[in-house]
Amino acid sequence: MSNDGVNHGRRRFLIATTSVGGAVGAVGVAVPFVKSWNPSEKAKAAGAPAKADVSKVSPGEMIVVEWRGKPVYVVRRTDESVAVLETLADRLKDPANADQGQQPAYANNTNRSRKPELVVIEGVCTHLGCAPKFHPEVKPEPFDAEWKGGFFCPCHGSRFDLAGRVFKGSPAAKNLKIPPHSFENENTLIIGVDEENS
Amino acid sequence: MSKFQAFMGWLDHRLPVTTTFEKHMSKYYAPKNFNFWYFFGVFSMVMLANQILSGVWLTMSYNPSAEGAFASVEYIMRDVELGWLIRYMHSTGASFFFIVVYLHMFRGLMYGSYQKPRELIWIFGMFIYLMLMAEAFMGYVLPWGQMSYWGAQVIISLFGAIPYVGEDLVTWIKGDFLISGITLNRFFALHVIALPLVIVALVVLHILALHEVGSNNPDGIDIKKHKDEQGRPLDGVPFHPYYSVHDLVGLVVFLFVFCFVLFFWPEGNGFFLEHANFEEANGLKTPEHIAPVWYFGAFYTILRAWIWDIGPLSSQLGGVILMGAAIAILFVLPWLDRSPVRSWRYKGWISRINLVVFGIFFVLLTWLGTQPVTELNKWLGWIGTLVYFTWFITLPYISANEKTKPVPERVTG
Repeated sequence: MSNDGVNHGRRRFLIATTSVGGAVGAVGVAVPFVKSWNPSEKAKAAGAPAKADVSKVSPGEMIVVEWRGKPVYVVRRTDESVAVLETLADRLKDPANADQGQQPAYANNTNRSRKPELVVIEGVCTHLGCAPKFHPEVKPEPFDAEWKGGFFCPCHGSRFDLAGRVFKGSPAAKNLKIPPHSFENENTLIIGVDEENS
Repeated sequence: MSKFQAFMGWLDHRLPVTTTFEKHMSKYYAPKNFNFWYFFGVFSMVMLANQILSGVWLTMSYNPSAEGAFASVEYIMRDVELGWLIRYMHSTGASFFFIVVYLHMFRGLMYGSYQKPRELIWIFGMFIYLMLMAEAFMGYVLPWGQMSYWGAQVIISLFGAIPYVGEDLVTWIKGDFLISGITLNRFFALHVIALPLVIVALVVLHILALHEVGSNNPDGIDIKKHKDEQGRPLDGVPFHPYYSVHDLVGLVVFLFVFCFVLFFWPEGNGFFLEHANFEEANGLKTPEHIAPVWYFGAFYTILRAWIWDIGPLSSQLGGVILMGAAIAILFVLPWLDRSPVRSWRYKGWISRINLVVFGIFFVLLTWLGTQPVTELNKWLGWIGTLVYFTWFITLPYISANEKTKPVPERVTG
């Protein structure tokens, strides 16, 4: 208490508490504005599974299936391509699928697939989300003189093998993602559902 | 007393019209030795006005939805009377805005306009630049072409590199699990109202801070040191009418150039409006060659330059940090330059050569950002990135130690 009749202690306390109160209020007001940016219920509901007939995909070919707005690549690899996958380990960043988040358990193998020849890969580059291009032929490419077939991202030059595993020297750090998928029957692929025959 | 004077008196008692006009125009003394480079600040303001005016008119016919956006832009281009002109004023105007802003910034580098006591002017300017980049990026998404879509995909994915929160942050920004109409709609809101408000406010702060300390000049000397009996700087002239009229002349020339490009070369051969953007957005197919618009080129090249995985610095996060650093380091420039003189006219020859080299490499980086990655471009990108950062890092040592020339007392014309 000072002698000018003003209680400075009380004044400081009141200023501090109203400031804190105001700050809490401001944070509270921010909540609806921040939350409204989250995916809406409509957006969340849009993630239905996608079906595809894979009978017409010949060895060495790829089809693109849309699932949740993303391109999903379905590739039937040739026997030679499958054999090549074993030989690439020392050129890859993560040849043994150490990053468990990039594929379901049933694709945690060298082929990264349920069936050795048929692979299902999300066509979303793990670098910055572009759709990598399919370059299946074994031939020297401008981006890789020892190209053994795989995917090349046009945006920033990330390279992946035919199992979606990323090559060393690519800007992408992770292998391409294998989406949850299953086979309803021999020829019908379901993307977005894990269990077989469900 | 005339009717007009009476009216002004009435007004001035209620609103500080005359005093404000005097403070910022008729009694704001600007150095009399401004040269060509001092046009670009005014041009930037004119381009801002152009963007706001043409932008407001575009919103009248534009449809911010994934289904309708692309078609509504084509509708503006074909069916709305003179819609093509307003659209090109906006899209080509954006490139011109960046051209004059880059020249305005380079002027600051040449004449040390960021040095004490003008640090805040520089920082406000950098915030304007940062907001302009956000504004331009979101604006480019709106036509919903292939480059809009995939450009947004790449830039938003950058946030995914942030450890732990990255992926959730990306979903939060998109408002969806992919870039969709939801993303487009919120970018529209930010582009047409939120960011323009911020930019205009920052421009006001930029100018208020400038008028508080006074304009720098090509000699980088303080004109307030020598004043006449009435306290007016001997080397200064009132901004109005001397520079307001003078700038109008430059503006006519500038608008001639702008209109020429606007009418005869509005897409700038794919540099102002990229070819891939004349195809509607397709989330399943990335264009063969994806590149940002030219004004982001330099930072895009720096982003691409980091391709290594070193500990927690993945190739992705490393690139994002490098790009962030390239922008952030510009903010602290006023504290990196320790030269006793402002203008490069009186700095040592190392500083002068360095600035020219820096400018050349910035242009090179910009160009590389628009080009596909080849072995040669990769190396050029590395060299350019190295030069970019080296300029900033060596600046404190060079500027503090090199021999400078004596600075004149009065401006040299």
